[in-house]
Amino acid sequence: MKKTMYEKIWESHFVHQEPGQAPLLYVDRHLMHEVTSPQAFEGLRMANRPVRNPHSILATMDHCVPTKNRDLPIADPIAKKQIETMAENCEENGLNLYDMKSPDNGVIHVVVPEHGFVHPGMVVVCGDSHTATHGAFGALAFGIGTSEVEHVMATQTLPQQKSKTMLVQVDGELSKHCTAKDIALAIIGVTGTAGGTGYVIEYAGEAIEALSMEGRMTVCNMAIEAGARAGMVAPDQKTFDFLEGKEFAPKGEHWEQALAYWASLATDEGAEYDAVLTLNAADISPQVTWGTSPEQVVGVGGTVPAPESFADKGKRLACEGALKYMDLKASTKMTDINIDYVFIGSCTNGRIEDFRDAAEVAKGTTVAKGVTAIAVPGSVHVKIQAEKEGIDKIFKDAGWEWRDPGCSMCLAMNGDELKDGQRCASTSNRNFEGRQGKGGRTHLVSPAMAAAAAAAGHFVDISKLG
Amino acid sequence: MEKYTKHESIAALMNRNNVDTDQIIPKQFLKKVERSGFGVHLFHDWRYNADGVTENPEFELNKPAFKGAKVLVSGDNFGCGSSREHAPWAIADYGFNTIISTSYADIFYNNCFKNGILAIKVDADQLQMLMDEISANEGVKFIVDLEEQQVITPAGNGFKFEIDPFRKDNMLNGLDDIGLTLKHVDKISAFEEEHKKRFPWLWAS
Repeated sequence: MKKTMYEKIWESHFVHQEPGQAPLLYVDRHLMHEVTSPQAFEGLRMANRPVRNPHSILATMDHCVPTKNRDLPIADPIAKKQIETMAENCEENGLNLYDMKSPDNGVIHVVVPEHGFVHPGMVVVCGDSHTATHGAFGALAFGIGTSEVEHVMATQTLPQQKSKTMLVQVDGELSKHCTAKDIALAIIGVTGTAGGTGYVIEYAGEAIEALSMEGRMTVCNMAIEAGARAGMVAPDQKTFDFLEGKEFAPKGEHWEQALAYWASLATDEGAEYDAVLTLNAADISPQVTWGTSPEQVVGVGGTVPAPESFADKGKRLACEGALKYMDLKASTKMTDINIDYVFIGSCTNGRIEDFRDAAEVAKGTTVAKGVTAIAVPGSVHVKIQAEKEGIDKIFKDAGWEWRDPGCSMCLAMNGDELKDGQRCASTSNRNFEGRQGKGGRTHLVSPAMAAAAAAAGHFVDISKLG
Repeated sequence: MEKYTKHESIAALMNRNNVDTDQIIPKQFLKKVERSGFGVHLFHDWRYNADGVTENPEFELNKPAFKGAKVLVSGDNFGCGSSREHAPWAIADYGFNTIISTSYADIFYNNCFKNGILAIKVDADQLQMLMDEISANEGVKFIVDLEEQQVITPAGNGFKFEIDPFRKDNMLNGLDDIGLTLKHVDKISAFEEEHKKRFPWLWAS
């Protein structure tokens, strides 16, 4: 029988199914951060259960960590407690932790690939919805809740119902200045934020194959914003080249064995998906969200839609609510929207390629008057690499703040946040009400779009930059 | 986990679609290291005035008629967004044990059942009838009967609902998922040995 990549990985991890119960799926890798894990450790302790396979876990500190003055004690006592609890839990259970002082510290979904901890064909979980990122390697990677974090630590398995499969095929070639982020947003613009619910998405087509591993991570990262728990891309030579030599990548004889297996993972020719969506990359322009849901998105050359333009009552009401919250009027050109803040970073767009893209646009510019712009590398390694390439200097010369790594303003848990009413061009993944600070207004864009907006003080159609 | 059987309770109405977990429990409350005490922060940004303490009378759940409600009726795609389990913790800690909507985000839906919350799916017409009934008679009580898989309302808008038999059994008996899985620990160990032979590099590095 012809199988999709998802089905192959599922079957190779199927442990057992009790009649009437959900199948048990084996978990190869378990990623962890300080926010969604403490209660899981608490649960294990209460039930006197050990961590079954400490070797399968890699932990970091990213959500609450300050992105400046990191040598000072953390001012927020609760964040400090979370950080300390994480360190204690990892110490007690013998887990590999990249703490705040580690040269390997950073955002979980940035540091894990840097160390080659996830390989093709694995089942990977993390108490974080953006775990989908690792599907870029041809792994089945998805977010779980804290009870499930506890379940995986205790049993190395998860009760899981099998998902449906959706192929998202992006044919053709992206135009200049369009990036993986624009693909991700354009797809969500079509599917809506619930369109992928119940599905695992496989991204394929020329435009996906042409992306770098970083770009594929960006696309898979936002599978969750399309409603899917996981997104994945078939592994190819780029995947293998990326992994080769990394700390946790297979070595020697194992490398050859692994390569042979990885090459067998791609979906069989003729295998069927439960749903198929096809886009043409050439139709995708630089994207900007206008509302409070990632599906409320248009090309930068477009305008803010009117509620009446939506036939569906729910979408019409959502548009009304979003325009009110975002303080926008229908028909306003996206390029006429002024911004107060710019954030480049996050597990969506905090990798070296993202800073290179942004620096190319930021070079020789000056941050517009009244605008605050911060660049937050996704990891210490990204930061060091960017500094080697002089990227930090480009940003600093243009008036940006160059910070230490962390999740930062993607979810504003660490003190980096918008003030009430401020408007931000952000390379993160969610534009929900209050996501970047109470009353803050978020527009999701690519790094290059963010850099252009910082210099102009409003959105800019970078496809016209030449 | 507490057993879920049958109860009669006030049904509160939130007539909104896409209620996301950032609203259910805003991120400033995620820093605790315990599981309890999140109820007071449920829907914080909508529920309280700018001072963060006094209740915003405009917010649905602050209506006196909805106080003490265990059933929450809301619009499509409830619980979308971040995977934070603090969302169902907050909902349960506030006092809700039942949600009725047309659809839920996957992760949130799973998390509900792990925390003793019955998430019931209905079709759009059924939801509209329930919403109309509550709007016309705020404070109305619904009977939710998990054993019989049915909801009964005073105006006769009752219905039967579907639920995965495994989830149902766990809820009725208040069973812990981990204990259930560990009954099969020998099967897990056997699988693991085979897995190691097939993918030795997973254990080597």
